[in-house]
Amino acid sequence: MIPSTLEYTKASSIDEAVAAVAAGAVPLSGGQSLMPMMRLRLAAPHAIVDLSGIPELVGICEDEDEIAVGAMTIHREIAASELIRAHAGLVADAAGGIGSPQVRNRGTIGGSLGHADPHSDMPATLIAAGASVIAKGPNGERRILAEDLITTYLTTTLEPGEIITQVRIPKSDDHSAYAKFHRRAIDWTVVGVGVCIGDNGVRAAATGVADKPVRLSAFEAVLNGGGSLDDAIAKVAEGIEPHAGLDGSVEYKKHLLGVLARKAHGEASSR
Amino acid sequence: MGETITVTVNGTAHTAEVEPRTLLVHFLREQLNLTGTHIGCDTSTCGCCTVHVDGDAVLSCSTLAIQCDGREVRTVEGLQSEDGTLHPIQQAFHENHGLQCGYCTPGMMMAAVGIIEQQPNATDDEIRAALEGNLCRCTGYQNIVASIRAAADQMARS
Ligand SMILES: Cc1cc2nc3c(=O)[nH]c(=O)nc-3n(C[C@H](O)[C@H](O)[C@H](O)COP(=O)(O)OP(=O)(O)OC[C@H]3O[C@@H](n4cnc5c(N)ncnc54)[C@H](O)[C@@H]3O)c2cc1C
Ligand code: FES
Ligand code: FES
Repeated sequence: MIPSTLEYTKASSIDEAVAAVAAGAVPLSGGQSLMPMMRLRLAAPHAIVDLSGIPELVGICEDEDEIAVGAMTIHREIAASELIRAHAGLVADAAGGIGSPQVRNRGTIGGSLGHADPHSDMPATLIAAGASVIAKGPNGERRILAEDLITTYLTTTLEPGEIITQVRIPKSDDHSAYAKFHRRAIDWTVVGVGVCIGDNGVRAAATGVADKPVRLSAFEAVLNGGGSLDDAIAKVAEGIEPHAGLDGSVEYKKHLLGVLARKAHGEASSR
Repeated sequence: MGETITVTVNGTAHTAEVEPRTLLVHFLREQLNLTGTHIGCDTSTCGCCTVHVDGDAVLSCSTLAIQCDGREVRTVEGLQSEDGTLHPIQQAFHENHGLQCGYCTPGMMMAAVGIIEQQPNATDDEIRAALEGNLCRCTGYQNIVASIRAAADQMARS
């Protein structure tokens, strides 16, 4: 279908984009979620502001403690980044497995977070990696823990007028990996688990098992308390109630959670 | 409410008026009459509509025409040389029987050129993996992979 009538502007600075969003425009990044929704008329924004003309939003750089990833950086660049591979391998794993090359040539890290799909791969890995998001709005800039960004289906804690400008991933020596299950090549993830293992213990998060990405707290607690992997897997679904759907029953998703947590943990340990 | 855009398509600059909501695929097919680029779905999953924008393989059904203002677009019509010589990927699809009904073929070929440019030494398994965004309901993919393999080898030699 053809999207409904809309106004289009292309922002050339972050401030211009913020002003447009504050005035009611919807940000357009890679369009790999927004355009299909507009074609199906699930979304019908009256105005969109294209973020692709803002140079500060693109690219990956580092300071002493963190890797700064511009919100408009595409999945392909993230998957290929040596820097991200070295400090947060699970994020590169996830980016490289999203959709298809065509989707990875367009889809962005900022759009993945802003879209807040409960089956999205990026947010769960960023939560496991302890990343934060920089948001800019009419009242200035603030930092939000990735874990606090997504509240439920397609919903974030971004204030009206705020856009994500950057994702900041802590530099760490953690060994990490992301494991997911999807039915056919291009399908979205049914369940995915990201695990980071380091000096400060184990952190893990999952996608596809709730209305938002979740930390696997019980799994972490067993391992961080010196328990065995088997014991941790036995508790992995504690406190988590997946929704049954066309992609699987509650029991099936809990089963996948255990299988994938074991797989991601094993891959992370062997890196 | 038309907006004026200039898009270079297969080397020729086209200035045209589009509605902001016009998808690149509709602009190509209906305004420029380049009907080689196909539409196979409404959910950005089939890859039929794959074209290159500034050298990257992208879905023209999930890109607005207005986003391509000032950019270079390459479609399946832009593959063959001006003298009519087929591009190696077209020649390879021809020789390896890489199509049956042909509906997916333009998207397959544009995706294939993207794969060969990104990973000139791709193995057959890597080619299969990289075709994850292109659906074919006829061939079973075997001859598509064989065609891409042949084109990649040919392009590496020349
Ligand atoms: C066929 C197909 C398969 C896919 N498979 C997967 C998959 O397996 N796993 C996966 O994780 N994803 C998958 N995706 C989605 C892909 O990752 C998208 O790139 C992503 O969800 C959205 O990023 P985008 O840049 O395209 O954002 P857009 O589509 O441009 O925007 C998405 C939403 O986020 C908002 N937004 C965009 N940028 C910002 C910003 N900077 N600040 C605040 N809000 C913003 C938009 O307003 C919109 O509501 C798939 C997509 C397709 C088409
Ligand atoms: S028409 Fe199906 S992906 Fe574009
Ligand atoms: S040849 Fe018919 S869909 Fe591929």
